[in-house]
Amino acid sequence: MSERRVIPIGPYHPLQEEPEFFKLIVEGERVVDLEIEIGYNHRGIEKLAEAKHWDQVPFAVERICGICSTSHPFAYCLAVEDLLGITVPERAHYIRMIIDELQRLHSHLLWLGLAGHFIGYNTIWMWAWKAREPVLDLFELITGNRQHYAMMKIGGVRRDIKDENYPAIKKMVKELYPTLKMFAKAVNDDPIIQKRTKDVGILSKEQAISFGVLGPIARASGWDIDVRRDDSYALYDTVKWSVIVQKEGDIYAKILVRVLEMFESCSIIEQCLNKIPKGDIETEVRDIPAGEGIGRVEAPRGECFHYIRSDGTNRPIRHKIRAPSLMNVPSNLVTVPGYTISDAAITLAAVDPCYCCTERSAAFLKTGKKILTGEELVKLSQEKTEQLKKEYDKK
Amino acid sequence: MIMGISRAIFTYLIFPGIAFSFFMGGIGWWLERKLSARFQYRVGPPWYQTFLDLAKLFIKETTIPTGAVKTLFVISPLISFSATAMFSAIVAQGYFFQKNAVADVIVLLYLLIIPSLFIILGAFSSRNALALVGAARETKLMLAYEFVFIISLIIVIIKSGGSILLSDIIRYQAQNGMHLKSASGFIAITLSIFYIQAKLGIVPFDMAEADQEIMAGTMIEYSGPLLGFFRASKTLLYFSLPLFIITLLGVVPGDTLPAKILFVALEYLIVILIISIIKNINPRARIKDALSFFWFFLSPLGIIGILLALKGM
Repeated sequence: MSERRVIPIGPYHPLQEEPEFFKLIVEGERVVDLEIEIGYNHRGIEKLAEAKHWDQVPFAVERICGICSTSHPFAYCLAVEDLLGITVPERAHYIRMIIDELQRLHSHLLWLGLAGHFIGYNTIWMWAWKAREPVLDLFELITGNRQHYAMMKIGGVRRDIKDENYPAIKKMVKELYPTLKMFAKAVNDDPIIQKRTKDVGILSKEQAISFGVLGPIARASGWDIDVRRDDSYALYDTVKWSVIVQKEGDIYAKILVRVLEMFESCSIIEQCLNKIPKGDIETEVRDIPAGEGIGRVEAPRGECFHYIRSDGTNRPIRHKIRAPSLMNVPSNLVTVPGYTISDAAITLAAVDPCYCCTERSAAFLKTGKKILTGEELVKLSQEKTEQLKKEYDKK
Repeated sequence: MIMGISRAIFTYLIFPGIAFSFFMGGIGWWLERKLSARFQYRVGPPWYQTFLDLAKLFIKETTIPTGAVKTLFVISPLISFSATAMFSAIVAQGYFFQKNAVADVIVLLYLLIIPSLFIILGAFSSRNALALVGAARETKLMLAYEFVFIISLIIVIIKSGGSILLSDIIRYQAQNGMHLKSASGFIAITLSIFYIQAKLGIVPFDMAEADQEIMAGTMIEYSGPLLGFFRASKTLLYFSLPLFIITLLGVVPGDTLPAKILFVALEYLIVILIISIIKNINPRARIKDALSFFWFFLSPLGIIGILLALKGM
């Protein structure tokens, strides 16, 4: 079985229902090489943001991703506040943290379920998603939406968390603990999960640093980074929590980091609820002066970075976004080859890739020539339609 | 004479032959899906879902890939289905009407290998890269699970006094109690349950059709009625394979048809339950792990079983 074959994963594949293309070059069952192609779905959000006024942009960037739909507006608001140099009311900070951590909970549970699905363990899939449901219900209760909460606003939050909703949050977190403990126990005890995930897809610390991976991927490889602690935003430095780091760098470590992080998130939410003061939820912002600012947020997948530049008008003249998956996906180049196709499925998914975050760039050929612009694409699709019509008429 | 022939046709085609096995298989498959659904906090499909799925496949379009070896590609599901149909008819006949149990276990084993073989051939003939990976996996897996099943057959044959005739095996158990009760019989049933799991391609041994890895592998190019025939043979096997194991190892004394139906229903339920439990507490195994499980764990266990059987335990 030394013949080399290509096993395509993507652009549309049951493994990950988002457009991406991993070209696995295999010898029998063993993957010997990998080529990654992303950039199937350019949406031009950055350009779009430049056409909207400051207060509309949070809604636009919220649509970048459905899963970390609070990280993007959060980072954007931090960037604008950095430009303005204003302080946000304490209550707004706590509300932001609660929403952020709830989002991390639901994102990690979603990933845990998918990871189970990818190794063919559908029971874990369904159980994790069942455990995720109360988190989404809670979001609906306190923000009105299961996804896309629209809570972030320049200078504060758009909506208060009502006093009568505190018990619901506390109850949800309290009820989530046993479920999380069960998952932690399942991951720790199940020899078959360990057999599938230990010593698979190892990303060493050196490799992690050289690829510049972020978030749980970096922490699972023993690289102790977390924006919440290193460049503390909101009031993360006032609550007690720890950064979960594992040394191994394999899939098992990545599962463990995420499961343990959920405990930390729960604890942060509880502390926030105890500390949250009464008061304003926003600082009024009138004008945005000329200048520039950056915002960094630890999204569930890693650091989410927003940069904005203002010329004093009512819209940003430059808005740059870097989503964590863009940094994490290339690490598959070293983690996938050398293992089997079965391992490739879970390894590719273990970075928790979020293509809708990543897919905001235009594709370039190696020669540096742009493949297609939007207009060209429209023209191409019109030509295709014409061609199809002609073929259809012939018949 | 005509009565005799029509009765024979009835018993082969309707009860307890192909139609009955098919119906029961559909129910069994549904039961397994329903149980899985309950394990996973889902509602699960209605009892006729398997039949609806099959009916849908038979009204769908068939696409044959351009590069495929057409004859082999088309004929594989048909041969697979006819072999399983024959197998089901013989097994069900044997269990419900002992005097008709003329076949020996070697023939049945041979009929059982045909569907897997033609799944592999069909996959190879489609010339799809993913199908090739699936077929390679199925081939490797087959080498493992067929060997284990042969071991459990040997145990049964030793325990039944050396006869390979199905009728003798049934008669021996009807007189002396089921083989299952002895230590070696228990080993044989353990082996057989894993065999069912692998043969039907249920998690943890569904690597030949692993959706998330190789997109249905061996079945990737099949669509419409051709896929329907593969599914139909799997439906038949969902009943006749457990029934075969029950016939070999778990025949309960008692001659009347209602009693037999009752016992077989009970045992069948237990087998489906065990299959479902194994399915729901395991992730998909790697092909390498599956092979070492069959070769280095189940096979030695089977050899111990043979030794125990020789000692009469």
